[in-house]
Amino acid sequence: MNQAFLDNSLWRNIYCVLAGDSAQCAARDYSPGMLPGGMEWLAFLLAAAAIVGLFVNGVLGGVIVLIWGERRLFGRFQSRTGPNRWGPWGTLTSVADAIKTMFKEDLVPAEADRILFNLAPILIAAPALMVFSVIPFGVGTYVADLNVGVLFIMAITSLTTLAVLTASWSSANRIAILSALRSVALLISYEIPMALAVVGVIMLAGSMSLGEIIQAQGVPFILVQPLGFFVFFLAAMAEMARAPFDLTEAESELAAGYLNDYASMKFGLFFLAEFMAEISTSAIITTLFLSGWRGFDPIPSHFWFGAKLIAVLFVIIWFRMTLPRLRIDQVLKFAWKGLFELTMINIVVTAILIFIWPQPTTAQLWYMAAVNWPVAIVSIWAVSKLLGTPAYEQTQPDLNAPTYPVGSEDIPASSAYVPEVKTQTSLQEGGD
Amino acid sequence: MAIKTQPVTVNLGPQHPSTHGVFRMRVMFDGEEIVDVEPVFGYLHRGSEKLAEERTYTQIVTLTDRMDYVSSMLNNQAYILAVEKLAGIEPSPRGVWLRMIAAELQRIASHLVATGFLIQDLGALGTPLIYAMREREGILDLFEMLCGARITNSYLRPGGVFMDAPDEFWPALDRGLDDIVRTIDELETYLSGNEIIFSRTKGTAVLPPELLINASITGPMLRASGVDWDLRHRAPYDYYDKISFERKLHTASDNYARYWVRIQESRESVKIIKQCIEQIEPGSVRPSFDDVPRLIRPPVGDAYAAIEGSKGELGFYLVSDGGIAPYRMHVRASSLINLTLLRDMLIGGQFGDLFVTFGSIDLNMGEVDR
Repeated sequence: MNQAFLDNSLWRNIYCVLAGDSAQCAARDYSPGMLPGGMEWLAFLLAAAAIVGLFVNGVLGGVIVLIWGERRLFGRFQSRTGPNRWGPWGTLTSVADAIKTMFKEDLVPAEADRILFNLAPILIAAPALMVFSVIPFGVGTYVADLNVGVLFIMAITSLTTLAVLTASWSSANRIAILSALRSVALLISYEIPMALAVVGVIMLAGSMSLGEIIQAQGVPFILVQPLGFFVFFLAAMAEMARAPFDLTEAESELAAGYLNDYASMKFGLFFLAEFMAEISTSAIITTLFLSGWRGFDPIPSHFWFGAKLIAVLFVIIWFRMTLPRLRIDQVLKFAWKGLFELTMINIVVTAILIFIWPQPTTAQLWYMAAVNWPVAIVSIWAVSKLLGTPAYEQTQPDLNAPTYPVGSEDIPASSAYVPEVKTQTSLQEGGD
Repeated sequence: MAIKTQPVTVNLGPQHPSTHGVFRMRVMFDGEEIVDVEPVFGYLHRGSEKLAEERTYTQIVTLTDRMDYVSSMLNNQAYILAVEKLAGIEPSPRGVWLRMIAAELQRIASHLVATGFLIQDLGALGTPLIYAMREREGILDLFEMLCGARITNSYLRPGGVFMDAPDEFWPALDRGLDDIVRTIDELETYLSGNEIIFSRTKGTAVLPPELLINASITGPMLRASGVDWDLRHRAPYDYYDKISFERKLHTASDNYARYWVRIQESRESVKIIKQCIEQIEPGSVRPSFDDVPRLIRPPVGDAYAAIEGSKGELGFYLVSDGGIAPYRMHVRASSLINLTLLRDMLIGGQFGDLFVTFGSIDLNMGEVDR
């Protein structure tokens, strides 16, 4: 076993309990005392099972709390109370919802591709859980500190779109197909600015390992990399299809998009995955830009992480409650013409700064922040000017004009007056 | 390599969260672009016009409430004007002022609903809608003080209204008007200046004013195209000739212009109500039963009266054969007529704009199907 991998992680803590000899553990000796010789693998297996159980149930519990919190916040934002009937302050509402979802009838459409239809919920839930394996929730509380942690996150979060595509294709529903096409377009567009926004962070930390990125954050990178944070936050919102980029679900257009034909716990898995993605995205933002579990000493690191996570979640929910949805062409334009340029500016500026201060100390990080903030403000302003919609040139007509325009005998070609027989039949032909 | 593509027909509605009731569209898409639209309606048809032939003239007021159920007072007003014209009834002044106040309050409520649902169709998850509906609640509370009902008011009677406003109504109305102005300011701050709303509504579903006039479109849709046509100004009914107000127009004729005109009209309605409060005079709210009996028997003939409803020209055509019930009633439903340009607005547009454009017409399925 890789010694460095075992040291200082959840594996070690759980393994030590199983091994039953803390002196051995403290001495970094991983030969088990409790188990007979040659049974080392069993201890590792049990530790792995314990970790999976802990993480999956922990994340699911987090989702239950998040759903309740989000609903309460929705209520507050909309000047109403939110759920408050079931349990103290309505805390058991999402538990009741979960039970209800499980006992619903499991419907499968007649024309659905049954294998893919049943596979899609698993496909979406598994990656959403896997992301949590690399996130450090506190000192020593992580499953694995991969040296390509950021790359792993990028790869795993993209799998969501595959699941959406599978779900919509297999349910044989045209509205779902439209939703899947939008989902793919969103992924292709926003994966690039998202990855490029992290490049600045990787350059500063000199590593793709999340543990080392946290170690490098003498100053939280949100201060050193404001542009990177801005782009990463928006791209992450698009990646998990949250408002104002919730085009794949688009309640008021597609009703629910790819979720249309799902019922019971299959729907429940999609629902869980959506909220797990929300938590994991917030955790990634916390780790990359808000210095993860770092904080002042008397308070444990887990509390710092939790507090920052909740702050990011609050902002995401705030966005969702406040903003209307963008149209698909605007969303893509924003990614390619706005965010892409911003990341390029960010990479160039950060590269120059790294060239000046190759191994930045805390003081040098502050100098970098002092350079990066004006750059960020000016470039975001410039992009908003370039992409913004120009105002109307004239709005108020001249009320003193002699007459208003009147209807003419030459009726403009309008389908409202002349029903086109051709279009009517083509509608029926196109139907099947 | 050219990829073979094929338009896809999708059925939207009648069970759909954004169809403002039960409306169905068969839409043909080429990718995200709309190629063809076939509207299907009639799911909420209740036969109101036929039912009216079996009711007395006073009873029909309750039927009109249920046509456009977010602007009952305006429906009442249009119907009562037609009855008064048919039977030659001289309304009592206080009743007329009261029904003007009620009608303008209802216009604000209807525009708030239209604006709230438009933003809902744009994808905001309910927050602007609930802010608009909260203000509408205040107006409904005022209606409750006036007549005891909130939605289906049946407040108006031939010759006026059925009861006078209680004393508590007037201070409540003053407070309510202040609240309305504050809410409209709030909505304008957060919505008119919002880049997402502006970029999504500007330049979408543009209709030339000539086409609108040819299709006899009326109301905010027509005024958003720069045509100065408001029946309160062009053909004043009730006491609108004693009232001065600005006609708010916009030249763009797109979704944003329609939204903007509604917001500005709500402000003007507040001004109109304030003038009504100043000019209202004491007296009876309706003629005595000696002059206008409960069972009206208008002389043989017909009459058409129209008002500027919240959605356009709302007209009632009544034919009398001298009996206690009309021989025939027909409604010029502004929602239905405004809907006729739906295809022109939608074809060539994006799927994302479909329900926004649909919402910007501000139609009410209860009025379309009747």
